[in-house]
Amino acid sequence: MASVEALLPLIGYVLLIVIPLLLAIAYLTYVERKVIAAMQRRIGPNVVGWFGFLQPFADGLKLLHKETIIPTQANSFLFLLAPLLTFGLSLSAWAVIPFGPGLVISNIDVGILYLFAISSLGVYGIIMAGWASNSKYSFLGALRSAAQMVSYEVSIGLVIITILLSAGSLNLSAIVEAQKNLWFIIPHLPMAVVFTVSALAETNRAPFDLPEAEAELVSGYNVEYSSMIFALFFLGEYANMILMSAIGTILFLGGWMPPLHVFPFTWVPGIVWFSLKMSFLLFIFLWVRATFPRYRYDQLMRLGWKVFLPFSLIWVILTAGVIVIL
Amino acid sequence: MKLKLFPLTELYSGLFLTLKYMFLKKKVTLAYPYEKGALSPRFRGEHALRRYPNGEERCIACKLCEAVCPAQAITIEAEEREDGSRRTTRYDIDMIKCIYCGLCEEACPVDAIVEGPNFEFATETREELYYNKEKLLSNGDRWEVAIAARLEQDARYR
Repeated sequence: MASVEALLPLIGYVLLIVIPLLLAIAYLTYVERKVIAAMQRRIGPNVVGWFGFLQPFADGLKLLHKETIIPTQANSFLFLLAPLLTFGLSLSAWAVIPFGPGLVISNIDVGILYLFAISSLGVYGIIMAGWASNSKYSFLGALRSAAQMVSYEVSIGLVIITILLSAGSLNLSAIVEAQKNLWFIIPHLPMAVVFTVSALAETNRAPFDLPEAEAELVSGYNVEYSSMIFALFFLGEYANMILMSAIGTILFLGGWMPPLHVFPFTWVPGIVWFSLKMSFLLFIFLWVRATFPRYRYDQLMRLGWKVFLPFSLIWVILTAGVIVIL
Repeated sequence: MKLKLFPLTELYSGLFLTLKYMFLKKKVTLAYPYEKGALSPRFRGEHALRRYPNGEERCIACKLCEAVCPAQAITIEAEEREDGSRRTTRYDIDMIKCIYCGLCEEACPVDAIVEGPNFEFATETREELYYNKEKLLSNGDRWEVAIAARLEQDARYR
């Protein structure tokens, strides 16, 4: 058994990632409201604090004050476990994300597989929430969410396969190193588009937010949730968005690499480049939400299975062929 | 045909449009309690009973407003005063029944009952919305400047 002293630095590392991540989630909700407001010619939150900077904390405090309601017919153990699972999984994926050269908690050799596994497990939280609520709306919402996430995981898997064919490694740091001279977005631009769209579907974001569809349905799998357990789902969703942006940065935008290896760019630390690229991808998430109307369920399934799946399969074969020829 | 969809040009033009709106278009938000929108001179808000400049109340208790009121929200009782003029002893408006149609104002021969520009008179209880003569007259005193300006602006269309 490891001694407590040996565990302390590890806990320190975890806190070093989790606390900025929680802040990032809080401010992502704020930035989302501001960006969408700007695109709709509104000004967004501006009352709580300077330019509304304290809005996320006001929202959090409000949720904390609410009563936690557990429906009488619900399976209370699973009902409470589901949001914890969703949130915990969305945090645990960050263990393998390299923020800069060597800046990673555990530099495992199958990092990308680990990420893929964790993001697939996210479906369980949703299915459990939907089933444990014992409400028909939650259950239908959960089925939709799960079907959607499973469908788009297939194409994300194929995107990952093309990248690891090109990089020749499953280690995330090695994938970033492989993009030293050429970011993968340039040879694999169509795959980057497939990845972005799949990431939107995977995180249940607009225009694929039909499990939530606040205008038509109630709210999907989290109808019965309130207070802090709802907040955990909410945080989990936003953490997943940030995670997907981080994965996109690593796979396509060269992770912590500067765009050019010349003086003013190389002087900026890698973690800053990483955050900048991640912020750009997050902006795309918000931008898309402010721009596109929601997909219909059959359109969503058609896009996943009949367009992205064959297209990314062809691309995998092409990539493999090119690598064999070279 | 389908191949035209692959470059996603339509999606990019949509994205470009929202980006343009984000940076180039002026914001249209009205920070309501601090900023207020312009009101037409014909805006039909909270009622008021006006007075003549010498302080005498205009209402002569003809009860035309009571008769015309489609919601039957107005109740008037009248009797002769010592100086022989006919005045109201009671002038109540049930602001919950009122549909803010403005017919009372149109019916009034002496411009006594008017609907002013005030629309912020929400209350916490129902009872506060049963306006009596005293309340309506005090409204008239408070909003007289605005009401007079409003009537003057609209007079040439009447």
